[in-house]
Amino acid sequence: MNNPNRSRALRSKLGRVRGLGSTHEGVHHWWAQRMSAVALLPLSLWFIYSLITLTGADYAVFHSWLSEFGNSVFLVLFIVAMFHHAQLGMQVVIEDYVHGEVWKMGLLLCIKYGAVLFGASGVFAVLKISLAG
Amino acid sequence: MVEFLLPKNSKIKRGVDHKAAAGVKHIKRFQIYRFDPDTGENPRLDSFEVDLDTCGPMVLDALVKIKDEIDSTLTFRRSCREGVCGSCAFNIDGTNTLACTKPITSISGTVKVYPLPHMPVIKDLVPDLSVPYAQYASIEPWLKSDTPAPTAERLQSIEERRELDGMWECILCFCCQTSCPSYWWNGDRYLGPAILLQAYRWMADTRDEASGERLDDVDDPFRLYRCHTIMNCTNTCPKHLNPGKAIAEIKHLLLKRK
Repeated sequence: MNNPNRSRALRSKLGRVRGLGSTHEGVHHWWAQRMSAVALLPLSLWFIYSLITLTGADYAVFHSWLSEFGNSVFLVLFIVAMFHHAQLGMQVVIEDYVHGEVWKMGLLLCIKYGAVLFGASGVFAVLKISLAG
Repeated sequence: MVEFLLPKNSKIKRGVDHKAAAGVKHIKRFQIYRFDPDTGENPRLDSFEVDLDTCGPMVLDALVKIKDEIDSTLTFRRSCREGVCGSCAFNIDGTNTLACTKPITSISGTVKVYPLPHMPVIKDLVPDLSVPYAQYASIEPWLKSDTPAPTAERLQSIEERRELDGMWECILCFCCQTSCPSYWWNGDRYLGPAILLQAYRWMADTRDEASGERLDDVDDPFRLYRCHTIMNCTNTCPKHLNPGKAIAEIKHLLLKRK
C-alpha cells in the first residue's frame, strides 16, 4: 500500500510537485560548502607553497618538516577541509545526474565513506609522524 | 541516469522544404520543428522560404505568415504580439525568447525555431507546461496576511514598492525555466528560476506576512539548492530580468534566519 514506486500517472500535477514536502535543511549543506571553500583558499595556497619548497627533499627532510607543530596542524586542517569539501561537492553532482535510487545511494555511500576513510588515514598518518616527534 | 541523448522516438528527421515563389527578392529561410502526435511519426524539421517584403519585422510575424499562407497546420501559441502575455516563447536561433519581440533581421542565416527545450511536446511548437504551472501554484503566489484587511489599500512606501521592481515584470513565459540545465535534469523537484523569482517576489513584498512559511517551503536541497548559478536564466530572459539574483536573495534570507 505504501510502495513509493507505484504508478502515479493519475495523480494531479500539484500533488506531484508538492511531493513529500520540503526537507527544511538545504541551507546547512550549502553553507558548509561555502565555508569549507573559504577555509581551503589559504590552506591550499600554503599546501602548494609547501610542496614547492619541499621539491627534491629526501625522507629525512620531509619527516622533520612534518614534525613541526605548525606544519602538522595546517596539514591536518587541509586534509579535513579538503575531504569534507570534496564529498559535499560530489554529493551535489551525484544528486544532479544519477536518478536511480539504488545507484544514487550506492555512489553516495562510496563518496561519503571514501572521504572518511581517506581523510582519517591522512590525519592519522600526519599525527603518527608528528606525535612520534 | 540523466538522459543526454534524445530517445529514439524524438530523433528529428528532415521534413518538407517549402520554396519561395519565383521572383521573390528578399527571401529568409525558416527551419521549424514539427511534431504531430496523431501520426506517431518522429518529429521533423520543415523549412519555409518567406518573402520579407510582405512580412512584418518580428519572428512571430513570419510564423503567422507561414501559418496563413504556406502551411495552416503549423501549431504555436501566441496572443498579445507585444511581449506582455508570454505565450510565444520558443527556442529561436539557439536561445529561448519571445517570437513577438525578436526581430528577424537580428538573426543571420536560417532562422531555427524549436519549442522550449526539455519539455514534453504537445504539437509542433507547443510544449506541455502543466508542471511549471503546478510549481507556480505550489508557492501560493498571492498575498498572505493575518492582519485584518484595512478599509483602504495596504500601504507601502515608495522604497518598499521599489523592492518589487525587476520581479513584477515577469510574464511567466518560462524562457528562463526551460533554459536551466538543473531544471532539465531535475525539473520534477527543482522549482526552477521562474518559480523561485515569483517565490521571492512575495518574500520581498512588505505587505505579505508569510515570509517565514515561504522560506520553509523552499529550504530544500532540490526545490532551491539545485540552482548552481549557471545563469542561463538571466542571459535568456526576454524581459531582461534577473532570476539568478532573486535566487541568491532567497539563499541570503535563509542564511540570515539561521
